[in-house]
Amino acid sequence: MGIYLPNPGEAHINGVIVPEEKAYEEAAKQFLMAKVPTLFPGPLVLWAWNEQAAKKATAIRHLYNTLKECVQPGQTPMLIPMPDYRPKYPKINPEVEINPNHPNLTIWHNKIDCCMFIGVHCHQANLSLKIIRGGTSCYTIAMCAQAGHEDAMLSFRDASVEKIMKLTEWVRKLKGTVQPRLTSAKSGASN
Amino acid sequence: MADTHSVIGTKNKKGQTFTDTWKMMNEAPRTPSFYTGSEVIKEALRRASCDVMIAYPITPQSEAAALIGELFAEGYIGDYFRGESEFAVMSQCAGAAFGGARVFTTTAGPGTMRAMENFPMWSGARLPIQMIVTCRGINSPLSIQPDTLEISYLLNTGMLVWHAETAQDFFDWILKGYMVSEEPDVHLPLALCCDGFFVTHTKDVVNLTPADMCLPPYDPYRSPVPCMDMECPPVRMMRDPFIMKSNYISYATHASWQQEVWAAVERSRKHTIKWINGLIETENIDAEVLIVASGTAVSQGREAIRLLEDEGIRCGLVKIKVLRPWPGEEIREATKNAKHIIVPEFNVTGWLAKEIKATIPNSERVNAGPRVCGGMTMPPEIIVSEIKALLGMRTMSLAGRGS
Repeated sequence: MGIYLPNPGEAHINGVIVPEEKAYEEAAKQFLMAKVPTLFPGPLVLWAWNEQAAKKATAIRHLYNTLKECVQPGQTPMLIPMPDYRPKYPKINPEVEINPNHPNLTIWHNKIDCCMFIGVHCHQANLSLKIIRGGTSCYTIAMCAQAGHEDAMLSFRDASVEKIMKLTEWVRKLKGTVQPRLTSAKSGASN
Repeated sequence: MADTHSVIGTKNKKGQTFTDTWKMMNEAPRTPSFYTGSEVIKEALRRASCDVMIAYPITPQSEAAALIGELFAEGYIGDYFRGESEFAVMSQCAGAAFGGARVFTTTAGPGTMRAMENFPMWSGARLPIQMIVTCRGINSPLSIQPDTLEISYLLNTGMLVWHAETAQDFFDWILKGYMVSEEPDVHLPLALCCDGFFVTHTKDVVNLTPADMCLPPYDPYRSPVPCMDMECPPVRMMRDPFIMKSNYISYATHASWQQEVWAAVERSRKHTIKWINGLIETENIDAEVLIVASGTAVSQGREAIRLLEDEGIRCGLVKIKVLRPWPGEEIREATKNAKHIIVPEFNVTGWLAKEIKATIPNSERVNAGPRVCGGMTMPPEIIVSEIKALLGMRTMSLAGRGS
């Protein structure tokens, strides 16, 4: 709570409004620094509701593959879906999914220290981001299709295939230039 | 599915042109018309591309609800019916909004109170329903007269709460209200309040936008939550176990959910300021005496200021247009030089004065009154009298005050 969301063409990093270009670079750096950089695709891109959703899903897969190509030994990129929003009881399987009502369980289990939400409805993304922020030290990025998320540490808005691809290009561009946090990442995702 | 932008410039079944709302509200020609507040609600709805209107008769909103029935008969509203009670109405509004409709309703006084359980539910479910509240007494013995006490009960529901002074406010804010509450980062219900009878049943000149222009349709696919369908039923969501569990995860989810609703209220500031030009309006705030009010108490304040000017006493005005989100920063800035802050209200408890006292430094500057309730009018002379008394000036005796 308490920051203004970016206008079109802008993003925010830790609540500070920045040109979108700067946010691509920072997001790529964070991915490449993390021990377990993770993408959390949600229902808006997991199912082929329309042609655009399918294209976004392909772009996300491309970003994930690029991450795998660009990280160093010891880093483990992950792609964990948020298939729906209902709480999972008696127990979620944190190895295969994340849930907005207890997203910290997936973060903790997989020792995720940097994640990006994409294709998650804004309300559910904000629920998740608040809980992750409150209970973990994971760096959070939101690639939001609407107005952005103040509860993410870095947020884009108006997500599109082009923006996902641009972030992918930045990951590739910074390959080998960013020192991973391999020594400190062990406790990076803890509470 | 309606794509908001792709339909701009096309016509609806009534021949109205879907128009960019900013152009419609700020650039299109206006026609002065002499209407009651209830008629103004109807005229705003004619232009609102509203899918569903549901209401239950209760004075003083009944006339507006009936007039909107005429709009339905003419084909301007997608669906329209009377619920079984106010509680039923607000639940039915939720159902329509869950299904992706632009929804409108009207209520008043005891109706608002009866339906109260639904309002935090609307907010929690992120339903951008617009509800007109034509305020009246809520007490027993029964009163149908103007009284704004019911607004105080809405302030902590998570709804956006705006308080119109005039019928012109009403016309503009009904249409602009949808633009704010339907923003995906807001997406909350709006309680658009006015003082019953004073606004609903009096005629005023209102500048209307062209009747052949209407808002773009609501696009439910910009919602921050999924629309209801068989794959994602919200009722199942609500009945699922996390609300029933007594454990940390359950509490954390609930806490996060509530924080998100209030964060959305805060996020509405940016859009509200854009659409209605600020959360407050001010005049002569360098004066030592300020009247700070909302609703028709603002109008009475304006008249009191005119009477004071005749006696050489300078007094400023702060009109509070929006109660949620609360314009705390704006009020602190506007009142920073005031020695006396007068808060006239049409209710017995003085909820607005309490909010202001909790907002500004040196709150002893706030004079919580004059207040009238139960349908009493507020002659500007009693505001004048209160101000003159505060300034240590001689003032006339008011009937019934024993002074």
